[in-house]
Amino acid sequence: MSIIIYLIPIALILGLIGLGAFIWSMKSNQYDDLDGAAHRILIDENDDDNVTK
Amino acid sequence: MTQPSPPLTLNQNNEGYENLVKINSDGLNTLSLLVGGVHCAVCIQKIESSILKLSLIKEARLNFSTGRFNIVWEGSSTLANQFVNIITSLGYTVNPYNPDIEKTTLDAENRFLLLCLGVAGFAMGNIMLLSVGLWTTTTETMGMATRELLHLVSGLIAIPAVMFSGRPFFRSAFSVLKKGQTNMDVPISLGLILACGMSVFEIFQHGEHTYFDSAVMLMFFLLIGRYMDFRARKNARSAATDLIKTLSGFATVIEDGKHHRLLIRDLREGMTVLVGAGENIPVDSVIIDGRSEVDTSLITGETLPRDVGIGDMVFAGTINQSAPIRLTVSKAAEDSVLADVVRLMEKAEQGQAKYVRLADRVARAYTPVVHILAISAFILWFGFLNASWQDALMIAVTVLIVTCPCALGLAVPVVQVLASGVLMKRGILVKSGDALERLAVIDTILFDKTGTLTIGKPELVGQYNEKTLAIAASLATHSRHPLSKSLSSSYHGEILSIENVTEHAGQGLEGFYQGQKIRIGNRSWCGVTDDTPHSDNLEIWYRCEQNPPLCFAFKDELKKDSKSTIEALRKSGLTMALLSGDRKNVVDSIAKEIDLENAIAEMSPIDKYNYLEKLKSENHKILMVGDGLNDAPVLAGADISMAPGTAIDMAQNAADIVFMGDKFSPVLTAYNIAVLTQKLVKQNFALSILYNFIAVPVAFMGLITPMLAALAMSLSSLIVIANSFRLRRYK
Repeated sequence: MSIIIYLIPIALILGLIGLGAFIWSMKSNQYDDLDGAAHRILIDENDDDNVTK
Repeated sequence: MTQPSPPLTLNQNNEGYENLVKINSDGLNTLSLLVGGVHCAVCIQKIESSILKLSLIKEARLNFSTGRFNIVWEGSSTLANQFVNIITSLGYTVNPYNPDIEKTTLDAENRFLLLCLGVAGFAMGNIMLLSVGLWTTTTETMGMATRELLHLVSGLIAIPAVMFSGRPFFRSAFSVLKKGQTNMDVPISLGLILACGMSVFEIFQHGEHTYFDSAVMLMFFLLIGRYMDFRARKNARSAATDLIKTLSGFATVIEDGKHHRLLIRDLREGMTVLVGAGENIPVDSVIIDGRSEVDTSLITGETLPRDVGIGDMVFAGTINQSAPIRLTVSKAAEDSVLADVVRLMEKAEQGQAKYVRLADRVARAYTPVVHILAISAFILWFGFLNASWQDALMIAVTVLIVTCPCALGLAVPVVQVLASGVLMKRGILVKSGDALERLAVIDTILFDKTGTLTIGKPELVGQYNEKTLAIAASLATHSRHPLSKSLSSSYHGEILSIENVTEHAGQGLEGFYQGQKIRIGNRSWCGVTDDTPHSDNLEIWYRCEQNPPLCFAFKDELKKDSKSTIEALRKSGLTMALLSGDRKNVVDSIAKEIDLENAIAEMSPIDKYNYLEKLKSENHKILMVGDGLNDAPVLAGADISMAPGTAIDMAQNAADIVFMGDKFSPVLTAYNIAVLTQKLVKQNFALSILYNFIAVPVAFMGLITPMLAALAMSLSSLIVIANSFRLRRYK
């Protein structure tokens, strides 16, 4: 059972990384425009290049 | 005219935006604009790329949800006007972004709730991981030490998480307790604190069970509900600020023969303003030059534009349709009729805040009883039955936990979430958590006519010669008059080429087709002698050379299901009234068609609001259905309000429920589901109270083991959830 001495901290650290990522995404305004993100994925950024080339 | 007047030209230039440019910390220019008409990915790309391809631009980002467009650039601040011109030339509307409207506190609250949710989610995930081990094995296999380690780790995660993420509940509970009242957050907070406190006690006692998992899970689920409810209300709150947006643009002022742009809020009495065709009239004013037609539908709800000429009064928020006009400002922007409507709405929205949710009303009755029970359990065991104070306290705490607010706390939100889902599938959007609760108890429905009961646009009725229709419709494509638009859209063939088309404000159009002079417009324009009978229908006359004139009749048709819906609502025992700003004969004919006695015509927004106030003072519970600005104060002030998806943004924001499609029946569907929802909520309360009736005496006698308490708690919650799911079986 001594394995849990390692497993619990590992689980906690993984969880904390997830929480950290969530807080970071919130601080960098990624939740301010939820609808916009859904639309932006449809924008093909190479469009202009195709026209000019 | 003695003094030379500047030419009446269409002024579409956007100037004055350079005054709104701010310098950021890096010394770069920043400008915030509100862009309207953004619907899809292509819009975002068109707007952003059109600005980004200019040189010196550092950043251009459009927020799709709020319409706010931020531009950061280097160099001259006068570029701002150029940006605005580019965006308007793409066909989008641009308004200065008004920082007063900025809802920073709401944004902060939104983030706070999200953060709490994130932390609670993290804690719940990890504690569940440990709890699975605790639940599936016994102490014999696991060993005492391991069990206690798992309990300890759970506690170390749960206690900080509850302290952090429980704050929305603790704050709310604390603030009502200070006022000497209670709400649902009081038992929730108490439950969280006690579950954690008792678990800590158990750890020290080397006990078998802790409740960290139930506490954190309860908190996580309640936070999800809290966040959803907040998002819904955030959208609902901004109705009045939208109106101010229309007052935040620019107007073209003429001073000493020169044009310049001025912010609408800086306009003062006596100034001369030029309004081009298609522009909003910025302030209440009097026409001093020009002749045009004004679309007053925003203020009066009237379908047809009004002819105006020199000396006529026009109101802020209406749209000048056919020709440029010059106006003298008669009232500053903040005193306009539109501003009055804003104030009415703010007043109405404040009135709404007094509503007490059902869950809170139950909590007010329930919490004191539970607390008294717990205290008396302690007194009984410690004082009379000679138990040790630890044991007596343990029993008191068990009583509190066993009456756990889980089931009560879940009784309302589960049903509401499910009901919103069921309604969503039918194209009905519920915007505030307690909307259905308020909808279920109404006794009166008020509705607007245009766009609510009717389709909202006049449609051509009757049979016409195909050739004549083709010519008239082709000529009509040259005008933006609503009847012209209807005429041209009712013709589906090829558009004929009409030459030398001229539009005569307030009269009609003239053009030449194959050398023949043709006209469409009002009676006198087409030389109709006035003895032709008038009908209730709207009309456009058509004349080709000297042939006798011909009439095209239009009617704003009822939605197909308006009549049957009204019939069904009447059977449910609701009284109804039609409040319209339109002319009496039009309203009367509609009222007759749907068999409604109570129909009032020619009402201003303020009349409508007063009518509502009168009904409210007679203790009626009122549902308002409407779609225009003239309905907005009533929508905001009514106990509950609905707006069709075709309504103007402001009406949609003021309404609690928005329904899609061109039908009227969603009003009935929403009402039926609301009644059913209320029934289920009451059943849920009954179930959780019944559970308490059984559990409390057992706990009171000290017979309940912690394990049993935990099981009973989960079971009661499950029963409430299962009962709520019956809603899904609605038709």
